Amino acid sequence: MAGPGRTPPGDGTGSPAGDGHVLVRLRGAAAVGATRALNALSRRLGLGGGTVAGGRIGLVIDPSILARLARDRRVVLVSGTNGKTTTTALLARALAASGTGVVTNATGANMPAGHLASLVGGPRGAPAVLEVDEAYLGRQVAELRPEMVVLLNLSRDQLDRTNEVRMLAERWRGALESAPGVRVVANADDPLVVFGAAGRPGNLWVSAGGLGWRHDATGCPACSGRIAFATDRPGPGAAPGVSSSPPVAGGWHCTSCALARPPAHAWLETTDGRTAVAWADGRRRALQLELPGRFNQANALIAVVAAEALDVDAGDALSAVAGLSEVAGRFALRSFGPVRVRLLLAKNPAGWTELLDLVGGGDEPIVVAINARVADGRDPSWLWDVPFEVLAGRRVVASGDRASDLSVRLHYAGVEHRTVPDVGAAVGAAGGPGWGGDCADRDTRPGPDGRLPTVQFVGNYTAFHDLLGRR
Amino acid sequence: MSPTTSDREAIASGRPAAAASGRPAAAASLRVVVVYPDLLGTYGDGGNALVLAKRAQWRGVAATVLEAPSDEPLPDGDVYCLGGGEDDPQARAARMLEADGTLRRAVLGGAVVLAVCAGYQILGRSFAAGDGTLRSGLGLLDVRTVRGPSRAVGEVRAEPHRGDGDGPLSVADTLSGFENHAGITVRGPDLEPLGRVVTGTGNGDGTDGVISGRIVGTYLHGPVLARNPALADLLLGWALGSSGALAPLDDERVQRLRRERLAVPAPAARSVGFLGAGFRAAARRASRFRSATGR
Repeated sequence: MAGPGRTPPGDGTGSPAGDGHVLVRLRGAAAVGATRALNALSRRLGLGGGTVAGGRIGLVIDPSILARLARDRRVVLVSGTNGKTTTTALLARALAASGTGVVTNATGANMPAGHLASLVGGPRGAPAVLEVDEAYLGRQVAELRPEMVVLLNLSRDQLDRTNEVRMLAERWRGALESAPGVRVVANADDPLVVFGAAGRPGNLWVSAGGLGWRHDATGCPACSGRIAFATDRPGPGAAPGVSSSPPVAGGWHCTSCALARPPAHAWLETTDGRTAVAWADGRRRALQLELPGRFNQANALIAVVAAEALDVDAGDALSAVAGLSEVAGRFALRSFGPVRVRLLLAKNPAGWTELLDLVGGGDEPIVVAINARVADGRDPSWLWDVPFEVLAGRRVVASGDRASDLSVRLHYAGVEHRTVPDVGAAVGAAGGPGWGGDCADRDTRPGPDGRLPTVQFVGNYTAFHDLLGRR
Repeated sequence: MSPTTSDREAIASGRPAAAASGRPAAAASLRVVVVYPDLLGTYGDGGNALVLAKRAQWRGVAATVLEAPSDEPLPDGDVYCLGGGEDDPQARAARMLEADGTLRRAVLGGAVVLAVCAGYQILGRSFAAGDGTLRSGLGLLDVRTVRGPSRAVGEVRAEPHRGDGDGPLSVADTLSGFENHAGITVRGPDLEPLGRVVTGTGNGDGTDGVISGRIVGTYLHGPVLARNPALADLLLGWALGSSGALAPLDDERVQRLRRERLAVPAPAARSVGFLGAGFRAAARRASRFRSATGR
């Protein structure tokens, strides 16, 4: 079978020249038509987001359809364990700032069927920014032949059905080694990403000042030696001194081989609570975001650097990312009856560590919701890697299908809590009056503004979507 | 440094080690060591140490969790917890524990060990590396692990071995956990399993884990002590040198979790059963191989 890579340049219609091209064209049209029709039907019947079913059929009808749809446009792939959906949204927004329409898989359908649905749904030739499941990156690099790949981070996630992270890093490396033309924008703070990005000279490295979750990064992916981290996770910290490299905060190196954090092209600097993007060429621009949290600053940093490398003015990119306030419901403020809820998604220990950093300082009630369906990973043992101890003294509700697992974890963490498996009822219990019992006696009467405190809801994948779908 | 053959045999055969008198009475605090969380911390098993420490503290016994990273000498402890890890880190942990020597000395001195998954495998005489080649284990358990035909992933339910009264766990202490491994573990002739598998794969021959002296090995995550408080208290009782039962704790939340997990049929019961059959066949081949080679 001739791979997509061996087809001669197209004639602009998406079909290769040569014998049988009419057949190829018909087949492609059938695949596109079927994908569109089935997805429309699926949406109309309310069976789903309408992004996957049709894509699957389309790929069966014409397995090479993705390669052909990708050929005549710029394609950027975004991959990693955490932050894919948000970074994809930020980058799509930054690219759209230059006036072109952008095709993207905004709903997070990040495997080939989802990519097909996105590409058939968008205008022909429009640039595509697609998030890719980390295990599919190699396949999609070969198939879609992207101009650029953006690599965020790798950490443990759904170990029952995906690969251990070192294996993923090796597969990334193999895929990128066999695609020398692809530009890479990648996170210099994560040793697994640096190894996976294959150390090519043209890579653009960014640093957000260090990893919050390091437990998957302490063993060297190149030699199985030990990674030494230069400092603890920084504040503004460590004087840079040299303008051509970022502050040493977040630096790391292998104690046995040459793998080390590469010099960054751009990084985050925070002084007096204000964060800026700094470039190795001496530029410095303020970074202001609607999206909360340090991890979103890191997502914005890499999106802005990628956008600039795709010829978007950095100032335009920074303005574009500033206005984004929610991503597919994540970070959104919604009302459920009388209760205001901030919706947050965290799927794995690294994500939870970041989010607990964000919500751990406040005193709002918090609902933690855990499912263990296929999309979540069926083994919730990772709950014991999450520092839930920081929630002690808060009004906490354990929720989700696996509320009992969470309840045991919280019990051993010394966090008093209630257990309410239904996510809707849990939000009501956390935000409503009448919090009695032996739990922390928080004041739940309306404040001076007449409003109840905002409930922070943090769910893993299907628990989050369970609540999101309740409206 | 290699132990004497008699040490090795004493440990591996499951006979109580010479100085198995529990921790010194003067020790200020029960020391629970998490062995190499940077190498053997992939599957949440570090929670086992927290469970032991809390269950001691709730009974008025001071207890400390010591996280012991692989770039430092392993500290002295009363209980050592080893967890699951990826292939390369597992092999590295085995080499480093052998070179360090502390764990072997501690076992000879009567320390309690809970070893899960990759940690269980490296305590044995040999285990399979990622590429299938055999590596030497610490030989603290008379088990050998080979690579199975496919990965065993899913909920496990196992009845305690000799739960009718002759064993340390009772019939009420059904073991519950989640397994995720590709190993088939063959026990030596004198070694008793931890449990008989009802759902899942475990060792691959219808049993899970081993109990040998004061070492418990198992494939169960969950973490296993969070889901199985009777097993936690068994280890704690050994470590504290207490002769009778420990004071009961408020385990209402844990019992609710156990009721839920034990009530749920395994989501992939059929395929796991099929897989289990494959594992059992491979285990039979492995054990024939052992008798054929006279080991």
